[in-house]
Amino acid sequence: MNETLISVRNLKKYFNVRGGKTLKAVDDISFDIHKGETLGLVGESGCGKSTAGRTIVRLYEATGGDIIYKDMNINNLNKKQLKDYTRHAQMIFQDPYASLNPRMTVTDIVGEGIDIHNLYKGMERQKRIYEILELVGLSREHANRFPHEFSGGQRQRIGVARALAIEPDFIVADEPISALDVSIQAQVVNLLKDLQDELNLTYLFIAHDLSMVKHLSDRVAVMYLGSIMELTESKELYDNPLHPYTKALMSAVPIPDPDVSRAKQRIILKGDVPSPIDVPAGCKFQGRCPLVEDICRVEKPELRQVIPGHEVACHMVKKP
Amino acid sequence: MADMKLKKEDFEVVGKDLKSSEEIIRKSLTYWQDAWMRLKANRVALFALIIIIIMLGMAVFAPMMTEYSYDQQMYDRISQTPNSENWFGTDELGRDLFARVWQGARTSLFVAFVATIINVSIGVIYGGISGYFGGKTDIVMMRIIEIIYSIPRLLWVILLLVVMKPGIKPIIIAIAITGWGGMARVVRGQVLQLKQMEFVLAAKTLGADTTRILLKHLIPNTMGPIIINLTFQVPTAVFTEAFLSYLGLGIPAPAASWGSLAQSGTKMILLYPHMLLFPAAMISIFMLAFNLLGDGLRDALDPRLRA
Repeated sequence: MNETLISVRNLKKYFNVRGGKTLKAVDDISFDIHKGETLGLVGESGCGKSTAGRTIVRLYEATGGDIIYKDMNINNLNKKQLKDYTRHAQMIFQDPYASLNPRMTVTDIVGEGIDIHNLYKGMERQKRIYEILELVGLSREHANRFPHEFSGGQRQRIGVARALAIEPDFIVADEPISALDVSIQAQVVNLLKDLQDELNLTYLFIAHDLSMVKHLSDRVAVMYLGSIMELTESKELYDNPLHPYTKALMSAVPIPDPDVSRAKQRIILKGDVPSPIDVPAGCKFQGRCPLVEDICRVEKPELRQVIPGHEVACHMVKKP
Repeated sequence: MADMKLKKEDFEVVGKDLKSSEEIIRKSLTYWQDAWMRLKANRVALFALIIIIIMLGMAVFAPMMTEYSYDQQMYDRISQTPNSENWFGTDELGRDLFARVWQGARTSLFVAFVATIINVSIGVIYGGISGYFGGKTDIVMMRIIEIIYSIPRLLWVILLLVVMKPGIKPIIIAIAITGWGGMARVVRGQVLQLKQMEFVLAAKTLGADTTRILLKHLIPNTMGPIIINLTFQVPTAVFTEAFLSYLGLGIPAPAASWGSLAQSGTKMILLYPHMLLFPAAMISIFMLAFNLLGDGLRDALDPRLRA
């Protein structure tokens, strides 16, 4: 379980924006993803979690840092090696209405990866596509239809089938359920879970729905303004959040029990998220933190282990 | 109850047929079948399409239907009004107008379609590259279009006639030089928008190269606007040819085009109005039909109108 599949070290992704400024979407993040686990990546909109995911599958070129898959550093691969890497790392996208080409049949969408990597030809290809469609709960009757004929949940499953067709072992799921109805969300999440058991997949699950992340993830990383604030096992994070930002996030999760819900104290943060173009010095959370002290305004806290298996980037959290 | 361990095997689906809930009843239609159905429902566009097909058919077959050729002079039948022998009458040199109008249609339509095909090919490739690569490439390529656009079409023809003999070639070249910019802009805009879509990102994650993304994902999704633009380019080209020939910059005698026929008809307008009427009517009907078809296609191909 603890064999590392992907190791992200000091990953940075900056974008140049108007006026010669840089937008630090992902600013020096490091984490490991173990083989067979699901690492949840949570944070509010614009915190850089999608950018991090896209950089890991090499949709974006990293500005700095390393991404090590098994023993390959994928930031300095040549074209051919990069194509090989795409066989191992795939992505599931957020919007099932935008992620399928409206002019292609389901066969061609699912078969695209097979064609690009020349895995199967002719009848073999067709057979493989049927197999995968059945794996995600669709049938071969769907193969010749076009995306607009399907519902949102079905489309998302076609997206999953496309990613699985070339047998990857690592999948970045970029908010795969946030565009779906709640009833369909469960369907897709359960499918992802079943597939993980069946095919021994490793997930990086990006989301902003904390209860879904808790349900699906083994470990969770909390991102804020391009940095990881806290990283620990999912149960630990929900039972014992240490970072003041995580605490505020957790207090916002609705609990389906009126008695607990009423007794709960909601932490309301003051102010807004600063712009990632103009990041505050020191700790990124200092302007909104209830515990802020002088050191926070000067020195950026590093992610450090406080309790075994529980890392926090905060000056104010002391080792017990 | 609380310490009961539930396993997956303990559950089964009751009262809901999972298989049937996934079924789709609607007949499977491709984008083009769907568009054709909507076009068929549009009577005006369908009528325009039929007119265009008839005119194309006539351009091909009409010169074979009459015994007269377009450059054969009959000195005993000068400036005849329409009659049973010469259906559209004859011109001031005794040539059969029916033969000349359809021979002119061949020239005019040939010019229009060749120029349009050149426009579309250049425009799609140019716009596709400009939109796909974006950034500085895009800025430079779009400025080049603006520079070309700033020189009027008439000036191009006059300049070309300095180095070339009058005829079909300089007209086609002039229309092609000045016409592809519009198409390039349409394609660029579409590609700029489409390349951000998640299905293109998905293709990239699968390892697709630029050629594949352009040919399989971007261009097919731009086909609708391309075809609409194309149906508006054809009548424009017909009109440009007619207008250049009318100014005497076009097809030299004895060859005929709708423009040159209209021009020679104008000279006799007070005496024999039919000499202007037939070529002018052809130009008008053809342009109107193509514009109506273009409108119909725009409605039929625009997926945003899908119910």
